[in-house]
Amino acid sequence: MRPQRMHCATCAAIGLAMLGAATTGFAQVTIDDPWVRGTVTGMRSTGAFMRITSASQTRLVGASSAASRIVEIHQMTTVDNVMRMRAVDAVPVAPGRPLELRPGGYHMMLVDLTGPLEKGATIPITLTFEGKDGKREQVAVQAQVRPVTAEAKKSGREGAHESHRAMGHPR
Amino acid sequence: MRGAQFALSALAMAGTGSMLVACGEAQKPAFRSIDVTGANFGQGFALTDFNGQPRTLADYKGKVVAVFFGFTQCPDACPTAMLKLAEVSKALGADAGHLQVVMITLDPERDTPELLKNYVPAFDPSFTGLYGTPAQIAETAKSYKAYYNRVKGAGAQSYTIDHSTFTYLYDPQGRLRLMARHEIDTNDLTADVKALMRG
Repeated sequence: MRPQRMHCATCAAIGLAMLGAATTGFAQVTIDDPWVRGTVTGMRSTGAFMRITSASQTRLVGASSAASRIVEIHQMTTVDNVMRMRAVDAVPVAPGRPLELRPGGYHMMLVDLTGPLEKGATIPITLTFEGKDGKREQVAVQAQVRPVTAEAKKSGREGAHESHRAMGHPR
Repeated sequence: MRGAQFALSALAMAGTGSMLVACGEAQKPAFRSIDVTGANFGQGFALTDFNGQPRTLADYKGKVVAVFFGFTQCPDACPTAMLKLAEVSKALGADAGHLQVVMITLDPERDTPELLKNYVPAFDPSFTGLYGTPAQIAETAKSYKAYYNRVKGAGAQSYTIDHSTFTYLYDPQGRLRLMARHEIDTNDLTADVKALMRG
């Protein structure tokens, strides 16, 4: 997996400028392959997906983005062929067990978008985590916008390639 | 609504049973989807396509028709289903013209004809999207035993829609034959569509 890997160093660099405080926890959380489903004219919300790894027990307790008025954390379940989505307050992340935000499980819902999300663009999302000690830390990522028709289940090389291209990520 | 869910569960079980039976009879095609041939629900629709054209199932006679209930602001289940149908269409090659995919919106208040026109053909230019009044949509879903329920989100205005995720497949004579589960893979769905095309 080599998509836009937001190492602690990268996060810290962005985070320091954007957030100022709360750098102590930055070594804890890594976000891989953040992407959002692009929109077509008229769509006012869309899903965001990524993989979250933490070195210590923590909880994802919220997120925000300049691209939408609201960011909700949703859990999707399919029981008896009925798909259900529910907003949840928090999602635990255990060390060594990455939290996948992907179809069939959790995702972020960007609600009330400020504008259309066009393929190839990137949007900022800031995630808030709360450790066992109650301390909150924020991690900023740049999520790539994939086509509205993007394959939801696949990630990895294909996604990495697209990410690389779309991001123009310095490396 | 609960009644509809029970109906679906019963249906799923009945489908499994008939599939097992079908395996024992070499002549009959062993469908990967649930065989609902002879069902008294899902007999068709009378809605409007995103070009403003009134549409019924009969308009697509001669083609295998795949009907999916969804909505555009659905983050994963709907695009996954639509993408799979687009892959089926590609896999059909020269026979793609004998398949008509129809998405019926469960969100007629937000899914305007313009939005459907932007969204549905993005998956495949041949796909169409249908809308109606909220009452027409409710009536259509009911006639398909399709469950849906609007659920409030965290924000004041935000809502999402729980819904059943079957794709309904008709043979070229316009008879409802199969219900494909959301989990079906592209190869299996393509095989079922081809089997229906062969008649």
